[in-house]
Amino acid sequence: MQILSAKNIKKSYDGTQVLNGISIEINKGEVLAIIGPSGSGKSTFLRCVTQLETVDSGEITICGETLVKNDAAGKAVYSDRASCVKIGLHIGLVFQNFNLFPHFSVLQNITEAPIRVLNKSKEEAEITALALLKKMDLSDKANAYPCQLSGGQQQRVSIARALAMNPDILFFDEPTSALDPELTGEILKVIRSLASERMTMAVVTHEMKFARDVADYVVFMDNGTIIEQGRPEQIFENTQNERTKAFLSRFNED
Amino acid sequence: MNYQMLLTQMLEATLMSLRIFFVTLIFSLPLGLLVAKGRMSKIAVINLPVRLYILLMRGTPLMLQLLFFFYAFKPLFGIQLDRVLAAEVAFVLNYAAYFAEIFRGGIEGIPRGQYEAAKVLGFTRKQTFFRIILPQVIKHIIPPMGNEFITLVKDTSLAQVIGIVELLKVTSNWVSSAVEMTPLVIAGAFYLIMNGIVTRCFTIAEKRLDYYR
Ligand SMILES: Nc1ncnc2c1ncn2[C@@H]1O[C@H](COP(=O)(O)OP(=O)(O)OP(=O)(O)O)[C@@H](O)[C@H]1O
Ligand SMILES: [Mg+2]
Repeated sequence: MQILSAKNIKKSYDGTQVLNGISIEINKGEVLAIIGPSGSGKSTFLRCVTQLETVDSGEITICGETLVKNDAAGKAVYSDRASCVKIGLHIGLVFQNFNLFPHFSVLQNITEAPIRVLNKSKEEAEITALALLKKMDLSDKANAYPCQLSGGQQQRVSIARALAMNPDILFFDEPTSALDPELTGEILKVIRSLASERMTMAVVTHEMKFARDVADYVVFMDNGTIIEQGRPEQIFENTQNERTKAFLSRFNED
Repeated sequence: MNYQMLLTQMLEATLMSLRIFFVTLIFSLPLGLLVAKGRMSKIAVINLPVRLYILLMRGTPLMLQLLFFFYAFKPLFGIQLDRVLAAEVAFVLNYAAYFAEIFRGGIEGIPRGQYEAAKVLGFTRKQTFFRIILPQVIKHIIPPMGNEFITLVKDTSLAQVIGIVELLKVTSNWVSSAVEMTPLVIAGAFYLIMNGIVTRCFTIAEKRLDYYR
């Protein structure tokens, strides 16, 4: 079953084309890794499918529901507001810098949206939240505040917060880039374990080893276009593409 | 000097000062929030009049505004506001403009990521503002708000220009008729007590919100 289908997405910021016809599909249970140099448009793509930005043209369908498609003139037309909100609920996003709510405890960070948005009871939301915290190995931090946690712990809370909404697909935008190197491991471990549970995910990452190990598919983007996509073995070991080779060789050096 | 009469009059006048103080706060805080929203609006027909309003309120003396609402309102709009109401209207409108700028600073200081996280989680704009943004704004604007509250306690004395008998007016009546400084000392003490309480409240609020950064 197809969870995400993005077709020919184009997006420009005041005249500069940032996404130049991106097409990506993700099936249920798959993990997609998006790699590429800085400024290639990876974040912009995630922001478009999570409705933090609007596209200029192209088609996005999530869980069979159309978020946006082109009109006859090839210009993007969004669904009505209620549908957009509903489609948004299929999606979770984990940010590079966590964006936890500082005035809420860890527990309330996780329960607030299920209670207010999904109208769950406080008890039910807390049971789910505590189970997620246990899974994130943070049971003892339920009543702590974000400022009392390490970066890695904050990121795990933000993953729990996203999972509490029970999304059909979870997007990660460089989830380890704001962390000290010794803390990236704990986050990658969490994503690995989610992958083993067949959680559908799309991860923008600079961790090439992780992408190779965990992803079912890898997309290599540069300059707003997809240069190459395929199985990790294909991209990381057998690529014939010069730009992919050049990009990957930079990682092998260090 | 009749000390009992002096004290009675000063206490009564203090009640008037306090009335202006509380009425101003009750109305100008919500109004200030609304004005801040208008000031940040990208729609010109909202934004421009709001900017003009803020400019007028902050760019002219509060005393002039008091005189305006008491003396100029009738010739212009045909309604005579009574003294206290005129004073309250002037204070509310004036302080709302200052509060609006403080709110705006606070709101604009909240990182964009907070809105983005809230949006992706499905919060409505209203929920985002009242549950996520505003509580953080309040923490950040406590120090400048404290300043405004203290200024307001003292500014209530300006109401005497339209004949309102508040604490400082009574005081000046007494010192000008009897050659004695006691009323001045008492008035000073009263203002200090009021502002001492205000300061204490703000210290407590600051402490209470100290649990997060
Ligand atoms: N709000 C914006 N306004 C104008 N230009 C923008 C905006 N957001 C992104 N851009 C530009 O779009 C291009 C793609 O940016 P994007 O953040 O998507 O890249 P990225 O692949 O995520 O890079 P990185 O690996 O550094 O995170 C960049 O050239 C960037 O300067
Ligand atoms: Mg990025």
